[in-house]
Amino acid sequence: MTKKKGFLDVVSENRFIHILLSILLGFLVGALFLVVMGLDVGAAYGRLINSVTSLKGFSYVVVYAVPYIVAGLSVAFSFKTGVFNIGAEGQFVVGSMAAAVVGILCEGLPKPLLIPLCFIAAAAAGAIWGIIVGILKTRRGINEVLSMIMFNWIAFYLSNFIAGIPAIKNSGTAEATKNISDNASLLFSKEFIKNTGLAPTANWGFIIAIIAMVIVWFVIEKTTLGYELKAVGANRFAAEYGGINVNRSILTALAISGALAGLAGALQVMGMGKRISIFSSQEGFGFAGIVVALIGCSNPFGVGVAGLFYGALMYGGSKLNLEGVPTQLINVIVGTVVFFIAISVIFENIKRFKPRPKVSSIAAGKEETK
Amino acid sequence: MTNFINSLGIVLFATLVYATPLLYGALGSCFSEVSGVVNIGIEGMMTAGAFTGTVVAYFTGNPWIGFICGGLAGAFFGMLHAVATVNLGADQTIAGTAINMLGPGIVIMIARVLFDSTDTIPLTASQKIPKLFAGMFDTSTVFGRFMDNVFANYASTYLVFIAVILVWFVFYKTRFGLRLRACGEHPQACETLGIDVIKMRFLCVCISGFLAGLGGACVTMTISTQFRPISIVGQGFIAIAAVIFGKFRPQGALIGCLLFGFCSGLKVVLGGSSSVSMHLISMIPYVVTIIVLVLFVGKSRVPAANGKPFIKSK
Repeated sequence: MTKKKGFLDVVSENRFIHILLSILLGFLVGALFLVVMGLDVGAAYGRLINSVTSLKGFSYVVVYAVPYIVAGLSVAFSFKTGVFNIGAEGQFVVGSMAAAVVGILCEGLPKPLLIPLCFIAAAAAGAIWGIIVGILKTRRGINEVLSMIMFNWIAFYLSNFIAGIPAIKNSGTAEATKNISDNASLLFSKEFIKNTGLAPTANWGFIIAIIAMVIVWFVIEKTTLGYELKAVGANRFAAEYGGINVNRSILTALAISGALAGLAGALQVMGMGKRISIFSSQEGFGFAGIVVALIGCSNPFGVGVAGLFYGALMYGGSKLNLEGVPTQLINVIVGTVVFFIAISVIFENIKRFKPRPKVSSIAAGKEETK
Repeated sequence: MTNFINSLGIVLFATLVYATPLLYGALGSCFSEVSGVVNIGIEGMMTAGAFTGTVVAYFTGNPWIGFICGGLAGAFFGMLHAVATVNLGADQTIAGTAINMLGPGIVIMIARVLFDSTDTIPLTASQKIPKLFAGMFDTSTVFGRFMDNVFANYASTYLVFIAVILVWFVFYKTRFGLRLRACGEHPQACETLGIDVIKMRFLCVCISGFLAGLGGACVTMTISTQFRPISIVGQGFIAIAAVIFGKFRPQGALIGCLLFGFCSGLKVVLGGSSSVSMHLISMIPYVVTIIVLVLFVGKSRVPAANGKPFIKSK
């Protein structure tokens, strides 16, 4: 029996609409905060929108979004395979470190050789970081969340240590490495940027991000490997019974997820970063990846859109100070969005509020739910 | 020998100072996880507590009111987490991630309004949590100085050790504790015995937030006297790690937190004579944890129903 779907039915069933509603509510709560604080909502949101809608602004958004998208892919991939990669942060850091080290030390190499080399080094570093956690889990039964939190910090301090080594450190006063070789840079040519009026950090990274999206989608949806990984994620005992080597799958999933996070780190350094700094606290790209994966429903293309959204908020948010609005507003908005995505069950229940249907359709409804 | 005892005293002092906030957070995490709710939002709750504690102490002049309010701020975010995960059956990881963004986001915005800066105004000595037994030891002798370093410690540190014993008692010696643990292992069975799983878990997640909030307040009201956006950087996650390390038992978490505290304490002493890179020394706590896990601790058993939303049967 087919029932004609009312508006509320569509709203309550469509995951995409839930996310849009969450985003809307996020901005509403943000506005509420602004009002309570006595700030001008129109000016704040106007600045947010204006700063990302011009060509230059949008190119900034894309530049910002690229590492978020690829880090989001890393986390999304881990979600699909049943591990929660809270270690993306550390994998991102070792990735960006590896890319920076290769980009600085191998400056003599030509561009077509150096760029892939940087990517490979970063992906390998991230993958190794993921595999260590995987081995601890599969061999010694050590909880992966625990070891990932540890390895995030180990990566952080390792990166700081390596950035301070004389051969790599900036000779000036800056607490950062030298800039990577121009041959390792993904930036568009200066003339091109000048002629088109794009952001000065506009770069080729977005192509890599798109390729990564397609590959992740293909691996998850269209390959035996992806099928096995998903099976382990859904029910490892059933997968084992079905003849899948569960431990190997976990290692593979963590390696791929780690490689993606490492790649995201490379894109950050080779795109807009140019160098890595000695930080006093974690930068949070990996944690942003978790948020992006959640907003994107762990779907590779959803992650692409979510990464752009996040990038827009981050770039637009950095301009909020001009209106006297704290940049932290962005965290409140994004936090609220994620919160409502978590409780999107409330949207599923929206249809309960519609006028009481006739008896026959209640019966039909029961039939369907059974 | 004198030098060694002096250094040991400093290390132990630093151990206790670093371990205290972690312990509050870890006890909070225990409550939530053991009752079956993953609470990755400890970090956000600690940030809320750190800010609120400092601000209230600054405006009222009373550190204890500040300390408690810090806990209540944590409990507020705990309640948000509870509403989402316990009542609405939300994915607990997602909700926790949201708390970790909302907590710092909201308090730093408020800081900007109140102080026109992201930092709060430093507390004066009387607004800080007091040190117990200060001045009781004769610091002119080596032994006295050692005792002063170790025992003339912040009241919050003494409190947290009492709290560990209390939580242990509640978990393992009371009916409430038995029910709490049962909710994390087999909520359906609890329900058939007439235990209100929803109510139990809701309460536990709120307590979890309260304790995490106290932990946050410890950070900004003892050694450091002001809240800054980098006051809470990862302590919440380390607290969670300590709980997993301690196999979800308060006494185990205590060992985990002390281990972290001790390694951080070593860092303070070793950092002074820096022939080794500070960054490598900072890595010690995390590397040691992994080594201890591999060699001695191994697999930790997660409460069976941890992370699974409980849906009341009709």
